[in-house]
Amino acid sequence: MPKRWSWQRWLLVGLVSAGVFGASPSAGAQVSDDLGVIGQLQYTDASGTKILVPGVDLSIDDVGGATTDKDGNFRIPVPGPGEYSITLDTTTLPEGVALRDAERSSLTAKVSPNGDQRIIFPLVTADTVVAASESNVSGRRIAQLTLEGIKLGLYLAMAAIGLSLIFGTTGLVNFAHAELITWGTLMAYFFNVYGLVGTFGFLSVLPAPFGGGVNFIFATLLATVMGGVLGYLLNRVVFRTSRNAGVSLLAQMVMTIGLSILLRYVFVYFFGSRYRVYLDYAAQRANSFWGLELTSRDATAMVASVIILVGVGIGLTKTRTGRAMRAVSDNKDLAESSGINVERVISQVWILGGALAALSGTFFGFDTVKWDIGARILLLVFAAVTLGGLGTSFGALVGAIIVGIAINWSTLVIDTELKNMTALIVLILALLLRPQGILGKKQRIG
Amino acid sequence: MDWGFIFERSFSAMIGPEVVVYAIAAVGLNVHFGYTGLMNFGQVGFMAAGAYGVGVTVYWLEWNFWIGILFSFVYVAVLALLLGLPTLRLRADYLSLVTIAASETIRLLARSRVMKPYTGGVEGVNQFAGPFYDLSPFELGKFYSFGPFKYLGRDVWVLVVGWTLLILITLMVRQLMRSPWGRTLRAIREDEDAARALGKNAYFFKMQSLLLGGMIGGVAGVIQVIQKASVQADTFNPVITFTIWTILIVGGPGRIWSPIVGSSIYWTLIVFIENTLRQLPPGVRSTLEDTVQLSDFNIAMLRFILVGLGLLLLARFRPQGIFGSREEMALDRR
Repeated sequence: MPKRWSWQRWLLVGLVSAGVFGASPSAGAQVSDDLGVIGQLQYTDASGTKILVPGVDLSIDDVGGATTDKDGNFRIPVPGPGEYSITLDTTTLPEGVALRDAERSSLTAKVSPNGDQRIIFPLVTADTVVAASESNVSGRRIAQLTLEGIKLGLYLAMAAIGLSLIFGTTGLVNFAHAELITWGTLMAYFFNVYGLVGTFGFLSVLPAPFGGGVNFIFATLLATVMGGVLGYLLNRVVFRTSRNAGVSLLAQMVMTIGLSILLRYVFVYFFGSRYRVYLDYAAQRANSFWGLELTSRDATAMVASVIILVGVGIGLTKTRTGRAMRAVSDNKDLAESSGINVERVISQVWILGGALAALSGTFFGFDTVKWDIGARILLLVFAAVTLGGLGTSFGALVGAIIVGIAINWSTLVIDTELKNMTALIVLILALLLRPQGILGKKQRIG
Repeated sequence: MDWGFIFERSFSAMIGPEVVVYAIAAVGLNVHFGYTGLMNFGQVGFMAAGAYGVGVTVYWLEWNFWIGILFSFVYVAVLALLLGLPTLRLRADYLSLVTIAASETIRLLARSRVMKPYTGGVEGVNQFAGPFYDLSPFELGKFYSFGPFKYLGRDVWVLVVGWTLLILITLMVRQLMRSPWGRTLRAIREDEDAARALGKNAYFFKMQSLLLGGMIGGVAGVIQVIQKASVQADTFNPVITFTIWTILIVGGPGRIWSPIVGSSIYWTLIVFIENTLRQLPPGVRSTLEDTVQLSDFNIAMLRFILVGLGLLLLARFRPQGIFGSREEMALDRR
């Protein structure tokens, strides 16, 4: 089978035989035609027209392959029920069309004995994936990347502030913060899809806000509350008891790692490794303004993040609780001797940190809801916190915005797939040049 | 249920290839954490560096497999310097941040499209270990049984070489830790300021420790890819680092034989649990699938849940390990 089918040849096949089975030579005689993996490749172009993608090769190792017909349809027959890994040959995609998530050129389909299994490879035109083919550095592109960077930075900041505050008040680097982020994503997904109590199968028959899904905005609020609850519980059950028992900080750090792995794999155990999307706002067309593109969903989330971050900033500087948090971060012993209940403050910090992390998780989950979404961005959060100054809340905000923009700008010179590497470079440079961070104090690092 | 099969598997796992790979990696981590107190959260990054030393040399340069092993050490050394230079002057947790970040980045870099010409991308590098297996005195495809253990010939050869290396490395580390150099490392672990006050360049010693432990981790990576006969980025998942941590803490950090003991216990337990669950009578199994979603995939996930839970509980209640002593306890420092 030729790698790339010419357009004419394609049309010929499309006219002569509607099917694609003839084009899959490896689908041998032992393969029954009863079961298969099917799908349709399509994308939406800039004007909003749905375009079907013909001539793309897909294959399942040791089973067979197929090429999409003129309507973008494909079907790969499989020998029986089971899990199959379907690989899309990205080199056969037309010019300017790419997978939405470049890492996911292989998908797993679970074929049940009941019939064909449909599988979706989300495609986009390359200019919506921040113009991978557009190599010229235009002002418009830099502006667009900056906007995306600020978006990423705002989401990151919410997760980073919690991490930084927890470090400031307890001296503990919380590696389980990634799972607090994932927790937010998963909670928003469950409330959005199953409603308040519908997660428990037998209650799913109840009417809408209880059984069916609730509105995403409401689900986000609930997820944020659940984040605070988890943060509180982790501190109350795990870390406060450890502090009281005199467990050393390094041992507690290893505990956060254990907790992180435990939670992550409990998530995949119950949620599965499949990628999902929220019921609401899953796919939106970008709106253009001043030549920049942003979905109204992201715009809303960005405005919400700004409001919340400003609120947190005011809370930390103006309210009694906030000032107590900063006092404990600054000097625990001094705060304690001036009458601040340190354990109470630590508990509040965990609640705030958990809630903010969960909220950022709900925003990070807009594209896909994954069981390890937090672990994937943990590196970014670390880089943001270190750059801003471990233990400083405003530093975390500054660091997050810088990391967000740096990551997006880096796609001007490196492949989009590798953009998160920029965070590691930022992290290492920050430690080499200014280990206390932009807003940090020198005595903390030694 | 076929108890004979379950026990055969569990016994074979007790000294199997995974035990060797994880034990060697844990010896490296023991040098870092157990003896020097370095919080290395990216041991899998050193394993990957070692593995790709072979992989890239064979795949991209198309040079001999044995030259690749030399490259492994070069890659590991570069990685250790890159991670150590910015962090070893700082407080212990900065090294952990950078190592965990780097180990994940290495995986993403190795599997990326850009690096595909060098690393083979997602598919990785296959069929490179021929020169190693050519030396095998055992028939590669034949099963060998001795006592309760049963392995394929190719694995027997891996085991012979692997265990020899493991014992040699362990003895080498023991001698090093008894030397003045090793005592300095332990002094740094106990009180870095005191060691510095006595004129020891703590930064320099910590760098050497990072290099040595990293090299040992690299050896583990090489053995792993030889045994699997493929170099694949996704096998170097960050969770492996913490499996190694669990193994080390089970055995007791700062004790010479703890990596071997811990690795053996871990793998025997995991293989026993997984095989038992897979062999459950169909009725019980389907009940468990309906109530607690015990699918095949979830049985495979169970080991990571156990690793997380184990690490959490061990660090909380028994940081010196099951067999360790409180005196050799880096986690008690602060």
